[in-house]
Amino acid sequence: MNVVTPAPQGTVGVLALQGAFHAHVSVLSELGARTREVRTPDDLAGVNALVMPGGESTTMGYLLGTAELYDPIQRRLDTGMPVFGTCAGMILLASKVLDGRVGQRGFGAIDIAVRRNGYGRQVDSFERDIEVVGLDDPYHAVFIRAPKVESVGADVTVLAMDDGVPVLARQGSVLVASFHPELTDDHRLHAMFLRIVHTATATAA
Amino acid sequence: MSSNIAGPQGTGTYRVKRGLAEMMKGGVIMDVVTAGQARIAEDAGACAVMALERVPADIRRDGGVARMSDPQMIEEIKAAVTIPVMAKVRIGHFVEAQILQALGVDYIDESEVLTPADETHHIDKFAFTVPFVCGATNLGEALRRISEGACMIRSKGEAGSGNIVEAVRHLRSIIGDIRKITQADSAELFQWAKQLQAPLPLVQEIAETGWLPVPLFCAGGIAIPADAALAMQLGAEAIFVGSGIFKSDDPSPRAKAIVEATTHFRDADILAKVSRGLGAPMTGIGMDEINQRFAERGW
Repeated sequence: MNVVTPAPQGTVGVLALQGAFHAHVSVLSELGARTREVRTPDDLAGVNALVMPGGESTTMGYLLGTAELYDPIQRRLDTGMPVFGTCAGMILLASKVLDGRVGQRGFGAIDIAVRRNGYGRQVDSFERDIEVVGLDDPYHAVFIRAPKVESVGADVTVLAMDDGVPVLARQGSVLVASFHPELTDDHRLHAMFLRIVHTATATAA
Repeated sequence: MSSNIAGPQGTGTYRVKRGLAEMMKGGVIMDVVTAGQARIAEDAGACAVMALERVPADIRRDGGVARMSDPQMIEEIKAAVTIPVMAKVRIGHFVEAQILQALGVDYIDESEVLTPADETHHIDKFAFTVPFVCGATNLGEALRRISEGACMIRSKGEAGSGNIVEAVRHLRSIIGDIRKITQADSAELFQWAKQLQAPLPLVQEIAETGWLPVPLFCAGGIAIPADAALAMQLGAEAIFVGSGIFKSDDPSPRAKAIVEATTHFRDADILAKVSRGLGAPMTGIGMDEINQRFAERGW
């Protein structure tokens, strides 16, 4: 996919505790972004934006705790660090998680309620074209044991729906998708995120 | 341009099946035999559990025919956790696989740990909506399984041994041959396909991409955090732990330590920290003490 994207000024971190982080790193690199895998607070200090990948949110939650990353990430999010959460990443960023594990801690960075495994088990996982606000052509979305968005707050912009359910949403510099844009060759959503990063870094400078 | 805009639609597609393997990368999949163990595994950060009636060490000890687990036991484990649940079927036993798919299991392991049901054929895995993982000892075996529809490959190692030596042998063999293929010219690829007894298009794909078309995980003999980190540094993309956790003295801290070691596999300071005070690992057995090698099953 040939996408014109302004290369962001800084480095885009990809949370690399568990899950599909390599796929995000390759897509961002193909788009010309400098990337860094984030496993420790030191890694985080060197990035201007963060991608939270798909994987198991309970696993990532456990490892965010042992790596002492919860508080540093929360502080960065509170001060406007752009973030893109896909699938499990969206669960971590949501203000409310239904059917999560007791005590599962999230970042509350976007005002949405999501239900874990809301579409069912793996045999119910699917791929389908969706219409995305701001994109001319349909986007082919891959849903893997996906979380389902059950409600969105007034400050949230829904950018795509599937079967009446929001699947791509934005609030400020927080972008979330319940599907996996890193699993296809269509990089338009990562490009959308890099434009958010570009705007944020330009504003900060 | 727009290569993916009109992809296949619906459930059970190759991309959807392979996608779940992608989500398990960097994680630990733990063998569990009860709902209680499944909860301990989930709390310790497992990215999936493998539901089975006996861990490989006990199958080895008990002998006899090892089969698919009781559906009731699998359902109890499914109900106990929110992470994906895998289960094993015998090599070639496609009806066990049909039953596990009907139960809504998230991944099926067509496993040499159970007693093979067919000594010639593996399951046609394209016929299923649920994805499959298969074991391999070398690249040829891995590519034959992929050609039958496996969406994830794991080393066989020697399950239930607590001994990492066979998994290391299998990973080195698979990854070493991948490296050689990336250096081969186009004429040599025909010879590679012949030598590996594997489909030529898959060999050509490896030459182009430098990797298998599906993720490569490590299984067989992982007992301590350092074993997990060793497999990851050798090039495995995630870890299966069978008997290593629940056959040890104190499963929960060991499970957590192996999860951390799999994430921070290059950070020796973290590996040293998480390896401390875990109690006794499973005893393990030397390869010369083993009379039944599970890894020799499969063709």
